[in-house]
Amino acid sequence: MLSVIVFLPLVVAVGLLSATWLADSMARWLFLAATLVEVVLVGIVWAGYHDPGTGRLAYQEQVPWIPGVSSSYHVGVDGLSLPLVAMTVVVFAAGAVYALRERDRPRLQAALFLFLEGVSLGLFVSADLIVFFVFFDLSIVAMYFSIAGWGQGDAARSAMKFFLYTFLGSLALLLGFIGLYVAADPHTFDMVELARATPLAGSPVAGALVLAAILLGLAVKTPTFPFHTWLPSAHTDAPAIGSLVLAAVLLKMGTYGFVRIAMPMLPQAWQAWAPVIIVIGVISVLYGALVALAQTDLKRMIAYTSVNHMGYIVLAVGVAGVISRDTEQARAVAVTGAVTQMVSHGLVTGALFLLAGVMRDRTGSYDIREYGGLAAVAPRYIGLFAVAAFASLGLPALSGFIAEFQVFTGSVAVVPVTAVALLGILITAALFLRALQAVFTGTTRGLSVDFTDLRPSETWSAGLLLALSLFVGVLPRPLLDVIEPAAHTVVGLVGR
Amino acid sequence: MPTNVGSDAVAMLPEILVFVGGLLVLVGGSFLPRERQWLSRLVTGIVLVGAVAVSVWGLSQGERMVFSSSFAVDTATGVARVIALVATLLVVLMASDEFAGHPRESETYALLLFATAGVTVLAGASDLMLLAVGFLLASIPLYGLIGLLRLPGSAEAALKTYLMGALFGIVLLFGVTILYGVAGETTYVRLDERLSGAPQAAVTVGVVAVLAGLMFKAGAVPAHFWVPDAAQGTSGTAAAFLTTVPKIGALVAAYRLVSALPDTVAWPLLIAVLAVASMTLGNLAAYTQSDPRRLLGWSTVSQVGYLLVPVAVAGRSDLALPSLLLYLAGYTTTNIAAFAVTTAVPQRRDLASYRGMSRSSPWLAAALLVALLGLLGTPPTAVVVGKLTTATAAWDGGQQWLAVAVLANTLVSLFYYLRWIIPVYRPGAAGERLAPGSFAPLPWSSSVAVVAAALSVVIGLGAGLLLPLFAGAALA
Repeated sequence: MLSVIVFLPLVVAVGLLSATWLADSMARWLFLAATLVEVVLVGIVWAGYHDPGTGRLAYQEQVPWIPGVSSSYHVGVDGLSLPLVAMTVVVFAAGAVYALRERDRPRLQAALFLFLEGVSLGLFVSADLIVFFVFFDLSIVAMYFSIAGWGQGDAARSAMKFFLYTFLGSLALLLGFIGLYVAADPHTFDMVELARATPLAGSPVAGALVLAAILLGLAVKTPTFPFHTWLPSAHTDAPAIGSLVLAAVLLKMGTYGFVRIAMPMLPQAWQAWAPVIIVIGVISVLYGALVALAQTDLKRMIAYTSVNHMGYIVLAVGVAGVISRDTEQARAVAVTGAVTQMVSHGLVTGALFLLAGVMRDRTGSYDIREYGGLAAVAPRYIGLFAVAAFASLGLPALSGFIAEFQVFTGSVAVVPVTAVALLGILITAALFLRALQAVFTGTTRGLSVDFTDLRPSETWSAGLLLALSLFVGVLPRPLLDVIEPAAHTVVGLVGR
Repeated sequence: MPTNVGSDAVAMLPEILVFVGGLLVLVGGSFLPRERQWLSRLVTGIVLVGAVAVSVWGLSQGERMVFSSSFAVDTATGVARVIALVATLLVVLMASDEFAGHPRESETYALLLFATAGVTVLAGASDLMLLAVGFLLASIPLYGLIGLLRLPGSAEAALKTYLMGALFGIVLLFGVTILYGVAGETTYVRLDERLSGAPQAAVTVGVVAVLAGLMFKAGAVPAHFWVPDAAQGTSGTAAAFLTTVPKIGALVAAYRLVSALPDTVAWPLLIAVLAVASMTLGNLAAYTQSDPRRLLGWSTVSQVGYLLVPVAVAGRSDLALPSLLLYLAGYTTTNIAAFAVTTAVPQRRDLASYRGMSRSSPWLAAALLVALLGLLGTPPTAVVVGKLTTATAAWDGGQQWLAVAVLANTLVSLFYYLRWIIPVYRPGAAGERLAPGSFAPLPWSSSVAVVAAALSVVIGLGAGLLLPLFAGAALA
């Protein structure tokens, strides 16, 4: 089942690539149809999902791949990966809806994004480090072509920067993986077995070095301070659905790596270095928020809030490594919050980037100083934008609140000083309100004049994501029921 | 050890077949009218296919030493034979565009066959004397091959290669002489015990000299200067051949040699330094190149650096030999794919002139993309699996810093491979109409490019099947 979910988009992508005769409109609808089939398939998986328990995965499939180095095509899901898989298919479906208006080589774009969807899903379900690495690298290549091929402005340069940074990250990851493989006895790349064996438990120095390599790789991809500098330029120059996928799915590959690889496989090193990770998380939260506050370019601003949001996740997973008595429950809450935040950020920031893309489409400018009084001419636009902004700053009844509330409940209970990160929420609130005020209120002026309101494909794509955010915010149980057991498992594994 | 010439000759049948095929093509070609020279191409193809078949059969025949333990017929030799022969076959197919009806067509094929025979002798040589023979047999045809097509740069390239080859050939013979002098023996089987008691300085000088000769064949530092010039100056066919096939023999030969050395010589460090120097220098020099062939020439220097890593941990990691063979297989197909693209559009000798290729010739552009990303080391091509096993072998063999060096250099190499990919996937310049086929790629080279690129992906995905096979390659 999981293999079907992973390889279906890849097969359709190859089909689209070779069908040079296909009409553009057909390609667009085929893109949408494929992503909707994926949503249905993942829905079926979710409906039949039961928590597999510690050290196991649901829907497992395992086929030997490179037995010489004990690497197999091993996939499966648990409470950490299933929510991200679901979020991924929804985000790609929203992207396909948005792309219904694409005029620039829609067939190739559809093929590229379906390829990216398959690769992203493959990464989230993989249970073998080499399979994980393969999908990690392929996602970089696909995103590079998305930015370089369909981007605006200085796209070639931004794409190059993106490739360089994240490729550096992937090589550091590979180095760490090899370290884990060599340390394990018997040698293996299997995630489940490595998590069981914790190969570097007895050697703190080697454990710290391997963790450093893996953390470097994940921190670049996430990105956290100080490895975030590729993110704003990549987002600014990427096309709207490229930004959507980059923010919603690709950034999660980094944070997912923390909970899937770094924490369960290197628990002792993780505990030892938890204070550093917490500090990096707090800095990312505050620095991201402050720099976002200083932006006048809307897309750059949203990109920096991503750094801020990823900071909450890093903070929470760092806190999970601070072992003390009677805090296991709080640490589990923090990790649950972190995973919820991954899903929430995907939905909300994805919607924000789509809406920013509308601005580009209409006027070609993201500069908030050139707008004013947009509410009068584009009521639907402001409605959705306001919802997305409030979701992003963590207003109750939206998914961001559920996530950040849990992150802070857990973190402050274990490490009280992390409460300083609450300032991040305050700053984010200020910057979003300031942007809303500048763009939407007052007399209609500048580029706001003649601004066409949202078209159906734009309304539906962003609306779908925000509706899900609202659903998670109001009825979080279905999501949390999946995440919580897995979060407890991770906290148990780190506590070894 | 008694020598049974009959059965020993059977064990070396691929070499004999290729060499005799070379003679046949050379002599037969001189009697053929120019428009009938395709016959010699056909004969060459048949000889190569036959030799591949015999080599595959030979792989199933078990391991043994032949001709008084001077030549090893084992998995390493068998795999090296198959890789080298298939690579030559692809090169000959490529040559159909460049050499069809050319006055030197038959001679080219004969030289390719002689050089290939030399490379496989080199790969199996387990005796210093035979190593020297293989070296000369693999080198001398190359000089002719480089100068054969009288292109503006080919005379200089041929001269440079010849001078370098002559120098390092003498150095190699010098090393062989010293080792023979101190050991009183040239067979690897007895080299270990004889050398461990010998004066260490003499042994070190001898080993360094022999390795230097092999580094010339492999195109690695310090004997790499001829590679970029030859790649740029000569015909695409010769460039593809000499940056690919000789490395197979040289690296397997280096692996065999260091495996036979006693622990008193610090060869792992020497090889490791050469490896890092090659990969770093090749990468940095490739940086500013604008001629695609010259860029590829430097890229092969850096690739040899990666290929030397498993040699540096020979005998210290079970993965060393399998990963060397896997990387060789992957590198060979990938590199030939990249060169085949350049021969498919021979008039485009500037990276910028590849602009718009993806629209005009999507298949060729895809083959180039796969080849360049493959050389870089992006999944799922063969080189990435080779790099992975190589880095793992280095770590496993206690040389973690080599694994770090491999990955750091991979990052550096990203720049120049991307510099070539970018124009390929950009739309054509404004005003330039790019109708389908305006690149007019030559048919044979294009097919070879696509086939070789596909092969590199297949090897990458099928690495799981190949690696256990190669892992059977314990040195006899």
